[in-house]
Order: sequence, then structure tokens, then C-alpha cells
Amino acid sequence: MKAGVVVVGAGPAGLAAAIAAKENGAEDVVVIDREERPGGILRQCIHNGFGLHVFGEELTGPEYAARFIDRANALGVRFLTETMVLSITADRVVTAVGPEMGLINIEAGAVVLAMGCRERSAGALMIPGSRPSGVLTAGTAQRFVNIEGYMPGREVVILGSGDIGLIMARRMTLEGARVKMVLELMPYSGGLTRNIVQCLDDFNIPLKLSHTVTRLHGRKRLTGVTVAAVDESGVPIKETEEFVPCDTLLLSVGLIPENELSREAGVEIDPATNGPVVDSRLQTSVPGIFACGNVVQVHDLVDFVTEEATRAGRAAAQFLREKSECGGWKTKPGRGVRYVVPQTLCDDGEDKTLFFRVNGIYRDCVTMARCGDKVVARRKRPICVPGEMERLTVKGADICGDITVTVEGG
Amino acid sequence: MIYDVVIVGAGVTGAMIARELGMCDLSICVVEAEADVASGASRANSGIVHAGFDAQPGTMKARMNKRGNEMMPEVTRELGVPFEECGSLVVAFGPEEEKRLEMLMERGAANGVPVERISGDEARRMEPVLSRDITAALWAPTGGIVDPFSLTIGAMEKAMSNGVTLYLNSRVTAIRRTDGIWELFAGDSRIRAHWLINAAGVYADDISRMAGGESFNIRARRGQYVLFDKFMPVRTKSVIFGVPSDRGKGVLFSPTAHVNMIAGPTAEFVDKDDNDTTREGLKEALAGVKRYAPAVDARYAITVFAGLRAMPETHDFIIERSKSAPGLINVAGIESPGLTSSPAIAEYVKELLQEAGVRLVPKPGASRIRRPIERFSEATPERQRELIAMDRRYANVICRCEQITEAEIVESIHRPCGAKTVDGVRLRIRAGAGRCHGGFCMPRVMAILARELGRDLDEITKGGAGSWILDGRTKGEAR
Repeated sequence: MKAGVVVVGAGPAGLAAAIAAKENGAEDVVVIDREERPGGILRQCIHNGFGLHVFGEELTGPEYAARFIDRANALGVRFLTETMVLSITADRVVTAVGPEMGLINIEAGAVVLAMGCRERSAGALMIPGSRPSGVLTAGTAQRFVNIEGYMPGREVVILGSGDIGLIMARRMTLEGARVKMVLELMPYSGGLTRNIVQCLDDFNIPLKLSHTVTRLHGRKRLTGVTVAAVDESGVPIKETEEFVPCDTLLLSVGLIPENELSREAGVEIDPATNGPVVDSRLQTSVPGIFACGNVVQVHDLVDFVTEEATRAGRAAAQFLREKSECGGWKTKPGRGVRYVVPQTLCDDGEDKTLFFRVNGIYRDCVTMARCGDKVVARRKRPICVPGEMERLTVKGADICGDITVTVEGG
Repeated sequence: MIYDVVIVGAGVTGAMIARELGMCDLSICVVEAEADVASGASRANSGIVHAGFDAQPGTMKARMNKRGNEMMPEVTRELGVPFEECGSLVVAFGPEEEKRLEMLMERGAANGVPVERISGDEARRMEPVLSRDITAALWAPTGGIVDPFSLTIGAMEKAMSNGVTLYLNSRVTAIRRTDGIWELFAGDSRIRAHWLINAAGVYADDISRMAGGESFNIRARRGQYVLFDKFMPVRTKSVIFGVPSDRGKGVLFSPTAHVNMIAGPTAEFVDKDDNDTTREGLKEALAGVKRYAPAVDARYAITVFAGLRAMPETHDFIIERSKSAPGLINVAGIESPGLTSSPAIAEYVKELLQEAGVRLVPKPGASRIRRPIERFSEATPERQRELIAMDRRYANVICRCEQITEAEIVESIHRPCGAKTVDGVRLRIRAGAGRCHGGFCMPRVMAILARELGRDLDEITKGGAGSWILDGRTKGEAR
């Protein structure tokens, strides 16, 4: 079968991309998702705080998703749910399988990658000790609690201060579990400040920075963890080790963009983001394959995902009409900056928003974009932390060459 | 009823013996302390089919290793188990280690195992990721890799479909012998049998003593491992060993039968239930393989684990009819190369029974051939369409990393020796064994287990009693 735009993933990125593609003239837009309903991870994010930028109001995850699902349905976007994409080729043949359709091949005019990300697992952390039940990612726990309606444990320690971990600290507490502490290996939190305040401080849950778990205990079910402070290079300090009894360890230790399909399609991956290298129209290194949302870079706010995905969907629709090469300039991370997205800026005269993350805590600093010696954008920041995405907007007319983003001072 | 044979232990040794004896017209049962087969050393090992140059010539180990290596291609074909004769290299750094290569060459010749000495450059031509400091190597073309879980599960499944009974969750607490009949108290069961075969791994010394057999000591030697993602670019085609020392064969770097790479094992004596990994141990395993292949990157690790090898104080396998306890056959101290030796051990145990006068006649209708669970992800598109047409559940992908479908999971549950736990599903068809290690599919696998076994979701465990995953409903659901 054939389709105009095939969007892989019906989370916030996929939904916004599909809507934008449709609104910009793409005829046949198909969204494929392996879950039984669209919405992606928003379905299990029943807390509020979504939509402040896009809608100017606070919505829960399912409410935020519903607005997009309704709009997509009204526009005639086609959803293939309970369907798993098995492969995507560079010439945009999408192979998928699902109980309803069986095994299908779709020849797509354009493809939008919106697979999101997955959580880093316990195994990847190489935590020594036993291998009992009761060690799971915060997202899996969230699914158990919010979708299945079951408790994954009662006495909880959380490793990692990513946003899902913080949200789950509050959620488990509200469900009657005892959350003993949140441990963070780095000297700063990986999550949003508002989540630390609303999910930990408000419930008197201690956040222990520069701490980690050095051992898991329990042959069958987790019976406790050994906790230790770490030195500046992240190495546990033996003398500080302490046994904390618990039956559950939740992990919120990082998100990894899911790019297995992208790699197979031959899409170039940026080792700094673990996501596709994209231009300012969100086109990847393979013409006609676009990418947006957490598959490109791990965002902290869904509103920014929506914004990015809208641009990707628009560009995908445009690609159906006219396969234009973008050419243009490169962006580069400079002092204090871990990565910059997009990696390429199209030479089209439009204003460009650069997203980036810093590599440490910087106070009273200035984030800056330079074109050669010329400063093309700057923003005074009281504080920059790795847990919060930074952005700078550069005027199209000011772009005269490759752009380097730096943090000055701090 | 009185069984002809009771086998204690459902590791690879016990399972292989059950499979072999299951071909004969005997009534047989296997008792296992844990919630699944392959719960001890058979679950946590290197998955290597050793060529057999390493064992001291003339020992039981040398004999079983060589024979087991010869049998492995056919056994794995019969059982439909992943096996590859990829060869192995022992790499030497400098003249001192090269001397030990010479010793291995001699042992290989004495054991009748083909080995060839090659230069460091030749080794690097075969395996470009190897260190520039390697000066020489020993190449053993008959070394290989096998999936140890599939081998154990496949053997037990075949034994069961030929009529063998398996008692899980049945730790043996007492053994009596009255009027020539063994009586075992195992879990909730009382099992009677004419012959007792002790394949109890690290606990084989306890079982022998309980049965009034020989007194020997088995110590647990722990081996720690790091498993790497399939995407790790630093790979070898063959198994890489260092030269052996007093502490065993040392750390190896090898592909697994499922295309991951594995590093380990370490070697330290511990308590018999201590299969913990340690910071030092994991560091040692990583440092060990980085010596062979300096570009190995720990960031590609997907999991770590440790296994316990049953170390006999004699340093040789103990496979014999007990002199002090008639009717007992000890199969003890089956450390490395136990996995390789397992089919040969089973064959030899059968001979021991025959020598003892047990009449072994082929069982009518018994077969050695097992059809493996068909893998949707490995099928051609035409076959995938056929499978879906046969059963819609093939179109429902549950484990995304390893692309395992609902149909495969259901089959793994309902086969003889089927999965009853989340770990059981993982060991049988690898759902949850990939890079996300179950983060995505665990709730889905649990739901399928609950449905197929007629249980509630919160009754499903990770690996048997005590390893609960869920503790009741949330407030809203409990109302």
C-alpha cells in the first residue's frame, strides 16, 4: 500500500507531526503505534503540568494527548494501532506488523520518526549485588500504577533524579508507599526544579546529591540497597556506605532515544544526542525521512516536543510537493555545551531556534550563539543546569556561517 | 509408584541424563529445588563448547570434554538449540605466557584435540580487535558456543515429552533407603525409586552424604560476567581465552549464541548461595577482556550476573557408582567444562546403569528430535505471513528489542517444561533479554503469563516463590 506521510509513533511528537502534515496539505497521513491507543507515554502521565506553553493552561498527560488525538481524527489522520514497525528502508518502505493488518509494506512519500526514547535499565548501570525482583525503571512502575492499577512495592528508594523518578516519588507516596530517598550520582539534579519542589520537598522526601547505590541485596525480592556518597569523579566512598532496607528500587537514570529503526534506515546518528542528525526542518541525513521529539533529543517539556514535531510535520508535507535540499550551515557545541540541535541550519532566511543542554551548573551566565566573531544571539541566565533544555533564537538574516553555542561566565 | 530412576538436579547435567535415559523403557523423575530448570550454574555460565585441550590428560574431565565436544553438533541439531563451531583462541602476551601455550599444545595432543600454534599477527588477522601486545596464540578449530539455557530446557522438554516427570520447587531435605528402595523427601513430595542419580551441582556433596554415599566436598566458585549489547562494535568471531593459571581458565571474551558479546568469568570461592556480583569482580572481568581487546566499551553493557561452579576438591569430575551406597550414582563436581561434557556424561551414566545390570531397552515411540519454537523475527516475509494466517498472535510483537511475538510467548508457556515465571519466558525465548532488559515488555509478558496460567497479575513472579513483582492494587483499584 501507499501513503503520503507515515509517522512512526503516536506519542506527542507523532501526533503533532501528523496534524501539521495534514494541515499543510499532505493527503494520506498514517500514524503507526504499537500500543492499542494513541497518546504514547502521556497515557500514563496522569499528573498535571502539561501544556503551559502550547495551551496556556495546565493539563494532565491524557488530557494533553486527547486534544491532539481529537484534532487528528477531525482532520482524517489514519491510526494503525497495535502495530509494530519492523523496518524502514532508505527509500521509505515501512514494514509493519499487527493483529489487524497482518504484515504490511507501506510505500511512503515521507516518513516522520517519532519513536521517543526508552529508559536506561538496571543492567546497563552494572550495579553489583544480587538480581532480585523489585528493581525496575520508574516508567515501568508508572505503567503498573497508573495503567494496570497495581503497586510495584511499598518501601521505595529511587536512584536517579530524572523527571519520571521525581513524579513517581510523589505518585508512590500518594498511593501509600514510603519513599525513603532519591539518590543522584551527580552534584545536581537531572530533573526540573519545579518537580523537585512539588514532588520531593512537599512530601519531605530527601534528595541526596552525589550519592549512588553500590549494592543490591535479596535473593528473591529486593530486601535493601547499600547507599554511598561519591567523590568528584563519581567513585563511591567506601566509608560512607549505609544499608537502607527497601523492597523496591526505582531507576530514573537517563533516557535513550530509540533509534534502532533509524539506524537500519541508514540515518546518521549524533553520538552526543544519540538521536538523528537533523537540519532546521527536522530532515535527517536520509532525504524524506524526518525526525522529531525524544527520538532526536531528550526534551524536558512536552510543549517543546509539540513545537518541534509541528515543524517536522510541515516539512514532511512540503517534501511531498518539492524535494528541496537544505544545504546551509552547521551548529557546534562550544564551551559548557553538550550538544546543539538542529545540527544543520537551512539557508532559507527563516529565524532558527537552537536547542541545547549545558554540561554542568552555571550561575549568572550568558548563553551565546556566535557566527564567526559576531554574536547573533545571547540570553542572560540566572542559572543553567543540565536537567533543563536551553534555547536561543537566531534571526535568519544574521546567519552568515557556522554557529557555535557557548556558555559565558558562571 | 516407585520410579526406576530419580535424578536430583535439573541443571544441564540432570536434564541431559533425563533425556538420555528417557529414550529407554524406564520410569524416571527429576527433582529440582528451584522454580525452574537451569537455575544454577547452567543459567549463569559462558556458554562455551570447549575444544578439550585444557584438561589434564587421563582425567574424567578430559575424556568427557572430548566426547561431549564431538557429540555437541548432533545433540544441538536434535534439540534445535543454537550452536556454532566458531573455534577458540588462547592468546599469549610475551615469552612467559607462550611457554604455557606449549604446555596446552602438548595437552591437546595427548587429549587428541586438534590445536595449532599461530603468531600474534595471524591471530589479529583472524580477530582484528585483538591487542597489538599479543605475541602468539593457540587456535582450536573445534571450540564453539552454545545457548546453555536452551540446551538445558530443550533436553528437559524432550525428556518430558518422552515421559519423564519433573518436580519443581522440590528441595531434597532427607533421603532414606529401605529394602533397596530410595525414599526422597523433596518439597511437598515423597518420591520412591530404585536408582538415585545425584546431579545436584554445588549441593551434590550434601545429597551424597544424605544418601550414605561417598563423603566429598564441593565448593562454590563464583564467576562474574558482563553481557554486552549486540550493537557493540568490538566483536570477535571466536572465543578468546587468556593462558590458564591456577585459578582456572581465566576471563574470556566471546560471542554468545545470541550475538551478544560476553566477558567473564572471575573466580572466587564463596558460600553456596552467594551469586552476587561485586564491584571488584565486574572490574576484573572488564579489565580482563580489555587486555585482549582494548577497545571494549563498558557503556555497551546490558546486564551483569554471576554463576556458581561446583568445584570438586579432587579437581576432577566425580561420575561413579557409589561403593558405600548401592543404587546411588554420583555425578558431582561438574564444573567447567560441564556444559560441553553434559551429553557425554549422560551417555556414560547410561553405561554405568547398564554395567550395574539395569535392563535398558528402547522405549517405543520415544524420540530425540525436538522442534524448536519457531522465531517470527527469523522467518522470511512469506513464512511470516503464513504464521500470521495460522495464528494472529504472531502479528502481536511483545518484546521489541528481540522482536518476540505473543504466539511465541504462549508456546513457551504451554510446552512441556514450560515457562511459569517472567525469567522462565526470558530464558526460553529471550523476551526481555535485549537491551531494554524487559523495561517495555515485562508488564505485557506478565499479563500473558497470568492469562495463560489462569492467575491474577500480582501472582506472577520473576523467578518463583518470594520473587514477587506486584503487591496488590492501587487505592483506586482496591475500592
